[in-house]
Amino acid sequence: MFTNKAAWFFWLIITIGLVIYLVMQLNSKDKTVFLPGKTSHGHHQIEMACSACHTDAFGGKDVLQNACMSCHGEELKIADDSHPKSKFTDPRNADRVTKLDARACITCHVEHQEEITLAMGVTVPEDFCFKCHEDVAEERPSHAGLDFYSCATAGCHNFHDNRALYEDFLEKHLGQPTVLDEAKVTSKSELQQYLLIVDYPIAQYPIKQLNKNDIDAPSEAAKNQDINRDWLETAHAEAGVNCTACHTTKTESNQTTWTDKPTHEACATCHKPEQDGFLAGKHGMRLAQNLTPMKPALAKIEMKADAHDKEMTCISCHSSHRFDIKQAAVASCLSCHNDQHSLSYKKSLHYVLWQKEIAGQAKDSSGVSCATCHMPRITHKKGEARVVISQHNQNDNLRPNEKMLRSVCMSCHGLEFSIDALADTGLIKNNFSSSPGIHVESMDMVRKRVQEKSN
Amino acid sequence: MKKQTIILAASIVSSVILAGCGGGKSGGIEPKEMADALHSVMEADRTVYTRLIINRLAKEEKVIKASEHWKDEKALVLPAQMFRYGAERVAEKGAPFSYSLLSEWPVNKQNKPKTDIEKKGLTYIAENPGKNFYGEEELGGTKYFTAIYPDVAVAPACVSCHNEHKDTPRTDFKIGDVMGGVVIRIPVKS
Repeated sequence: MFTNKAAWFFWLIITIGLVIYLVMQLNSKDKTVFLPGKTSHGHHQIEMACSACHTDAFGGKDVLQNACMSCHGEELKIADDSHPKSKFTDPRNADRVTKLDARACITCHVEHQEEITLAMGVTVPEDFCFKCHEDVAEERPSHAGLDFYSCATAGCHNFHDNRALYEDFLEKHLGQPTVLDEAKVTSKSELQQYLLIVDYPIAQYPIKQLNKNDIDAPSEAAKNQDINRDWLETAHAEAGVNCTACHTTKTESNQTTWTDKPTHEACATCHKPEQDGFLAGKHGMRLAQNLTPMKPALAKIEMKADAHDKEMTCISCHSSHRFDIKQAAVASCLSCHNDQHSLSYKKSLHYVLWQKEIAGQAKDSSGVSCATCHMPRITHKKGEARVVISQHNQNDNLRPNEKMLRSVCMSCHGLEFSIDALADTGLIKNNFSSSPGIHVESMDMVRKRVQEKSN
Repeated sequence: MKKQTIILAASIVSSVILAGCGGGKSGGIEPKEMADALHSVMEADRTVYTRLIINRLAKEEKVIKASEHWKDEKALVLPAQMFRYGAERVAEKGAPFSYSLLSEWPVNKQNKPKTDIEKKGLTYIAENPGKNFYGEEELGGTKYFTAIYPDVAVAPACVSCHNEHKDTPRTDFKIGDVMGGVVIRIPVKS
């Protein structure tokens, strides 16, 4: 039997051991022991970079709020957030704040709570709309008797992003056909426009077609004829981007030297807007936190077994010398993604259109690749310059999926058809290979109201 | 919002608005003076924007539209939105006062009077043209000096836009009518 002294000694040893263990864990790469619960699919990739969100051990809600806004603040601004914090710091809404403190993201979106995290990747209380809009039927009789949880689940409203759902927008797009006459996405900007927004070292690499004799790689590296041929066929060679434009790095003494394997940072020299998107999305967010690159094996959705160990960098999709954007738009995606939606793509009409476009049988930007929807063309602004580029944050318009209405669907389809299609989970699974089987009532309500007002 | 003392509020506002005007008093200014000063700036800016920008360009010259959906419509921001965006920016900066534009006949129902003081004040300014309403109220555990000023239709654009809006509860506004009120709140010590 232990004496008191032995028991205390034993407790002391255990405590010291535990402290040493925890300190070691805190400084190790694997911090799993500190996770209070499983992390949502939006953040699980970076859950070992605790300080990405928990920037300070003290400070509570404010620290977390700042962390949320540092990554998501800009997208909320762009989305014309319908419920900005300033709405709730107004003293006249103090009563509402006691019901739902919408000043803080974590009031609704609690991390590490897998059991209550919804498909969208966040926790959301079911009755968040009802707390302030309980009396909506007084203003909109059409809303009488609707379920309190249906505002945001029926495809009609979102808390933050209602750019494609507000009433006047619906009214403006009443009666559109299923497929628009001019069904295509915006074309990407030409090189000269693109140069306005990037810091391309034009003095060192003037815009001119390069040929084999111009190759400036060290003699050993320049021997690979396959690489040389690939490069010569790209827009890089066409635009004067020589080997050393990408294949250089800085030594510790700040000397420029050749590197065989440039990182994503080399690409960012000229493709910073794309890189920013890539680092903000699920393909690059680990790199943004100085973690090892994302691998399909770490994904929470189905991936192809033989792709599990691929590392996600720019060249994973674009390859290292061909930079074939057609490959990056479909084949690269399907080389990893193995879920039903991805597997159904090649049976869809969208794929037929894509094949026609790349075969030169249809107009530029009229095909629908994976990237058309998930890496859509966006207008990037820098100063007064406006350039159409591809959004490389594949998560930017994904959830709630009504974000796709304006950025993607409405380029080719009528709004009513698009809303219905996005509300049909079965249709999404089969990659829009049939017609929507669900009808969202929002457009009907607007139609009825317009008629009532005109009578 | 942090509980702020009126002394702090007065010092900030007096430095911005009343500097050099001889309007300050030693030891700070009264909440009413501060609210009146703030309102005079708000009212002036609001009137100038409505008359010189909206009414002139959208109503008279018809060279550009003004629209609630100004981004989508590539149009001018409506005066009420201009006012609200300003109030939101002030809130984002954590200023020691807040303000809003309310009405007993709001296009957006979120802007109808809600607190007792708002209801009382908006009725008072509508029934007593040219007069302001002052009171105190406690919201979310903080005591506020609340001032309510009449918001008058200064240009044809105000009247036509509100009378014709599909969500308006009133369609007979005329120039010079009190259409709503500017509510300014200043936290004060209990």
